[in-house]
Amino acid sequence: MFIAAAVAILMAMALAMTRALLGPTVYDRVLAVNMFGTKTVLMIAVLGFLTGRPDFLDLALLYALINFIGTLAVLKFFEYGDLGRRVDGGGEAS
Amino acid sequence: MTFVADALSWICLLGGGVFVVIGAIGVIRMPDLFTRLHAAGITDTMGAGFILVGLMFQGGMSLITAKLILVLGFLWFSSPVSTYALARATLASGQEPFWSEDLEIPDTARIPGMVYPVDAMGEADAESGEEEE
Repeated sequence: MFIAAAVAILMAMALAMTRALLGPTVYDRVLAVNMFGTKTVLMIAVLGFLTGRPDFLDLALLYALINFIGTLAVLKFFEYGDLGRRVDGGGEAS
Repeated sequence: MTFVADALSWICLLGGGVFVVIGAIGVIRMPDLFTRLHAAGITDTMGAGFILVGLMFQGGMSLITAKLILVLGFLWFSSPVSTYALARATLASGQEPFWSEDLEIPDTARIPGMVYPVDAMGEADAESGEEEE
């Protein structure tokens, strides 16, 4: 049954990668990569049980944290043009 | 007792797999980024929830279950935040969600033989506009 869940997650990862390659705008790609990261967390957890070594869950927890921070960093980069925050308040974000 | 836990674990894992695939199909099929966000939410809540709960039944009362609860809790907090940030960044970039009057369902997304009320709305608006002129 772990194999069934792993196959389902792999199929969903392939579909998410398709959307990341097709996506018309950059936000579609960010959404697809974010979903791919969530599925990677699930895949690591299932794979740990599949191979009989559930210690991989530490990696899953770490990957969930990095995925969230990475998504926010990429969004901020595309919204403001850099990773710093504008303090002068002049003009709109390009 | 072991059999009951195994059966619950099977049900949760298979259900989670089904929800994950449904969410991924939705991300492919939906016409617009804001509707794709809706489809991606299925993966983050139901799919991840069912699969991790199914693994918790296998883990039993141990440190493994505690780690799974941590992963699940963090996913449930971080997923809405990143979804909101993505929608806000998309709106700030100038892309707007469509409203029902200018909704056009592409032919590839239509189910053959199904009547869509959106088509009737568009025709009614066009006719009333002509009468006013």
